[in-house]
Amino acid sequence: MKGVVLGLAVGISLQLVAHAVAAEASPPRVIKMTAKKFEYSPAEVHIKKGEHVVLELTSLDRKHGFKLPELGIRADVPAGGTARVDVTAEKPGRFPFACDIFCGDGHEDMTGTLVVDP
Amino acid sequence: MHIDRRELLKLLGFGGVVLGSGLPGFSLAASKGKPPEDFMFLQLSDSHWGFSGPPNPEADKTLKETVQAVNASKLKPDFIVFTGDLTHTTDDDALRRKRMTEFKSIVADLKVPKIYYLPGEHDASLDKGQAYQENFGALHQSFVHKGVHFIALDNVSDPSGAVGDTQIDWLKSELGKLDKDAPIVILTHRPLFDLAPAWDWATADGAKVLSVLEPYRHLTVFYGHIHQENHRTTGNINHHSAKSLMFPLPAPMSVPKKAPVAWDPQHPARGLGYREIEVKDKGRALNLEEYDVRGGRV
Repeated sequence: MKGVVLGLAVGISLQLVAHAVAAEASPPRVIKMTAKKFEYSPAEVHIKKGEHVVLELTSLDRKHGFKLPELGIRADVPAGGTARVDVTAEKPGRFPFACDIFCGDGHEDMTGTLVVDP
Repeated sequence: MHIDRRELLKLLGFGGVVLGSGLPGFSLAASKGKPPEDFMFLQLSDSHWGFSGPPNPEADKTLKETVQAVNASKLKPDFIVFTGDLTHTTDDDALRRKRMTEFKSIVADLKVPKIYYLPGEHDASLDKGQAYQENFGALHQSFVHKGVHFIALDNVSDPSGAVGDTQIDWLKSELGKLDKDAPIVILTHRPLFDLAPAWDWATADGAKVLSVLEPYRHLTVFYGHIHQENHRTTGNINHHSAKSLMFPLPAPMSVPKKAPVAWDPQHPARGLGYREIEVKDKGRALNLEEYDVRGGRV
């Protein structure tokens, strides 16, 4: 009887591991964004709590920055190029982001918000 | 040195007045045999010459009026320091130089023995300080005034808002010549600490700079950039920001989106105010008093 219980427990554990591996293996949702003087588009991005996403930021003009301080995230978005930023937020809320590479008269307006829904 | 209080407050309405003997460590330097010579300087900031827009319909007047007010005062500061954003940014290199020329022409009327300048990101970020250096000289510098060591740091000509390792090495070299108890003033445009990184009110490598400054026991930082007074302490260091001469900005992270405080035609000088810094405890403590532009204590 003890052996049967042990076997069942191992079976369940293996199933859980398989599910976990499958979940990890599924690619994160990619959210495409653009950056240009002096705006991000979209300027408001929604993700779910605990969801792993990749923000794929493409600059349409010059070099910009992407800084999301509350999640400890920053990246350069090269001129005409793309930056990929991994984001997983563990708590719901509204988290502002901004360009942190001075890009001209309007730089201060280049902001947005990551909204983490419960 | 006797200072007429009314004159002091009048001047404070256009920036920050700092009494030399009010700086931490000043009296200590005096006690070590250096002359206890008081002096005063003014901090003006963020004049954004060339700006136009609803936040200040009188944008072409404010700087000129400030120059007139300083000159009309009985107070004669030893020097004035402009802590950046002398001009408003533009993508047009020729227009940037024109604005700098106009700015210099206006402040040339200041009746003061010496003016020191620092760049702001509006002056220097788009061309890495090229036009600024042509018009105002070095992007960073140091000088000594009556026993107080001033170090002006550039945290704007790198558009990412960093001081950079080369300048940090220079800073270490400058500080290495000084006693840990020496009175030191650091001048910058951006705050060196993370005041509001989501509003770009920070220095990218500010933590590294502060770690270099921290061992010095009598060191004060004056900066601009945020268009309002703000007083903060990190470790041993007191940080004081100055008001703008163009438009005020809201308190850090107090509104969802950073934008100039709306122009109020009934109070066109709103956002201008003054700060008095007095010496207490033999120069080891600062007593700050804040006033609105009409002389009322805040």
